[in-house]
Amino acid sequence: MIYTVSRLMGACAIAALSTAAAAETITIATVNNGDMIRMQGYTDDFTAKTGHDVEWVTLEENVLRQRVTTDISTKGGSFDITTIGMYEAPIWGANGWLVPLDGLSEDYDVDDILPAMRSGLSHDGTLYAAPFYGESSMVMYRTDLMEKAGLEMPDAPTWDFIREAAAAMTDRDNEINGVCLRGKAGWGEGGAFITVTANSFGARWFDEDWNAQFDQPEWANALNFFVELMSESGPPGYATNGFNENLSLFQQGKCGMWIDATVAASFVTNPDDSTVADKVGFALAPDTGLGKRANWLWAWALAIPGGTQKEEAAKQFIEWATSKEYIELVAAKEGWANVPPGARTSLYENPNYQSVPFAKMTLDSINAADPSNPTVKPVPYVGIQFVAIPEFAGIATEVSQEFSAVYAGQQTVEEALAKAQALTNDAMEAAGYR
Amino acid sequence: MARAVTNNRKALNTAIAWSIGLIIFFPILWTILTSFKTEAQAISNPPVFLFFDWTLENYSVVQERSNYMRFLWNSVFIAGGSTVLGLIIAVPAAWSMAFVPSRRTKDILLWMLSTKMLPAVGVLYPIYLLFIKLGLLDTRIGLTIVLMLINLPIIVWMLYTYFREIPGEILEAARMDGASLKNEILYVLTPMAVPGIASTLLLNFILAWNEAFWTLNLTAAKAAPLTAFIASYSSPEGLFYAKLSAASTMAIAPILIMGWFSQKQLVRGLTFGAVK
Repeated sequence: MIYTVSRLMGACAIAALSTAAAAETITIATVNNGDMIRMQGYTDDFTAKTGHDVEWVTLEENVLRQRVTTDISTKGGSFDITTIGMYEAPIWGANGWLVPLDGLSEDYDVDDILPAMRSGLSHDGTLYAAPFYGESSMVMYRTDLMEKAGLEMPDAPTWDFIREAAAAMTDRDNEINGVCLRGKAGWGEGGAFITVTANSFGARWFDEDWNAQFDQPEWANALNFFVELMSESGPPGYATNGFNENLSLFQQGKCGMWIDATVAASFVTNPDDSTVADKVGFALAPDTGLGKRANWLWAWALAIPGGTQKEEAAKQFIEWATSKEYIELVAAKEGWANVPPGARTSLYENPNYQSVPFAKMTLDSINAADPSNPTVKPVPYVGIQFVAIPEFAGIATEVSQEFSAVYAGQQTVEEALAKAQALTNDAMEAAGYR
Repeated sequence: MARAVTNNRKALNTAIAWSIGLIIFFPILWTILTSFKTEAQAISNPPVFLFFDWTLENYSVVQERSNYMRFLWNSVFIAGGSTVLGLIIAVPAAWSMAFVPSRRTKDILLWMLSTKMLPAVGVLYPIYLLFIKLGLLDTRIGLTIVLMLINLPIIVWMLYTYFREIPGEILEAARMDGASLKNEILYVLTPMAVPGIASTLLLNFILAWNEAFWTLNLTAAKAAPLTAFIASYSSPEGLFYAKLSAASTMAIAPILIMGWFSQKQLVRGLTFGAVK
């Protein structure tokens, strides 16, 4: 008996020791946004299930990009998991900087990830990052102002309708701008918006031989339309407005329409922050009848850098954070409107989530985006609001600065397009594409 | 002979000085005020100045989300350590340049200063790789050494300027009395240069406290100081201005308080030797 008990105690001790040895502390680099911060609050649930502790490094997204790029390209191993976007995932995957996310458990149900997200986060069919949440862009509009203007927003409006509605809703005396759009320089700010707008006008960044296309009439049409629309119905100083500035204007009731990230829907319908929470409607991003809408596709996703020593624990965390169970955990604690959207098919099949006002339009917007076929004419690249090549961020930042100078009245559309054409071709030539 | 200044002129000078002071201080004041607003009040247009419902909610959210004391301790360690280490190296260096100059002293001084003109990002990768090899990534010691090296030219230059104001004859007299080099620096030179050393110390502490390039790029979770704490509340997608302001206020509060109490010393040191 004594022998049995001592053997049992020995086994317990070994089990305890092996659990202690297996328990790791993983470091996760992430961006500062509502969904990511919410996830940090639920870390205890992960620790309780796996025994692993988590340390968070939260940074502004551009700082994070620079910080993680330095670490990952030198295999510094500072982070066991990093938050990356749809732009980085295929490029870094191709460079061998990320651990492939194969061998995920059956319970995780990798096939449940929305196809657009899965393809955008893969390279050569291998998934390199799991989407935590995904987004497209859509029209958010004031139902009361639309009604006052005597118009009805279609589910899939055209740019001409947007222009007409914006003019009708603009009330300068009461500081109401018909439409608020991004004009701020930066490839992820105004650069992203004008790129998807141009896509809907039939423009493209490059032809099949990587020649810049800013000298084509489609770009001139798109940019002229944008400038005229914003001059007629946009807020003053829109050249410096990005997501946050427009969110602030919309929440204060100073925009008739706002075309931006679908994730903003939960902000503008939140009565704690928005003065117009109960007067917001949604529609697909506009088009010009050419077959492409002005909407993008983006995901914030979790990936494992190649330099980590804690790959198994990191994989466990990714499975937990991007699982169906995590969504249910958030829904149970904070309601369905607050779960991370745009990542899983099952979420949009859930009747509880279908009752969220912006759920359907978010899914429709995501489904309307095709990163492999983003433009009317054929292109040699993948990506809708970006071109998935390493050089793009630098080139697009410069191009968007030229466009912002147009919005600020510092140069003409023709001048900006000519500069964009020259600088893009120069950069592509230097990079060996041409 | 001192120039006569009329009362009107004095009042005008005072008003101008106060105006300039307020303009310089306004961004800090605005940050502090915003930290007591709700996110909706923080972005309201027209902006609210003083008459709003003051709230401590942002501070409680920041406190709950981040381990402020860890960031603070890292800042104190890194800023304090790099300043003290810098002074230990710079005092003898500045002494030799001020009192035993060679033909190359001026060139050396200029060369030291020229390293400050190099964009930091230009040496990011070499230093990052060195840190990986030496196991110094995300360590307070590593960051202390880097910030000391970065600020060393300024420390040497400042001390050199102060030491040049001290008559060499006093040191000679000490030597005549049999003082060793160590005693000469420790017991003769240093006490006479205390205002200058104090202001060098304070200025470099502030520089190290505010340094945001290396402290963000060479740290992760363990050694991150208050600059990383602030950066964690900045976001291009989501309104966090009030929380960002609360985090900024908490980050600058220690250095503001320190500056307030030591302003006399700081001003005295910075004007050391300006009036003969």
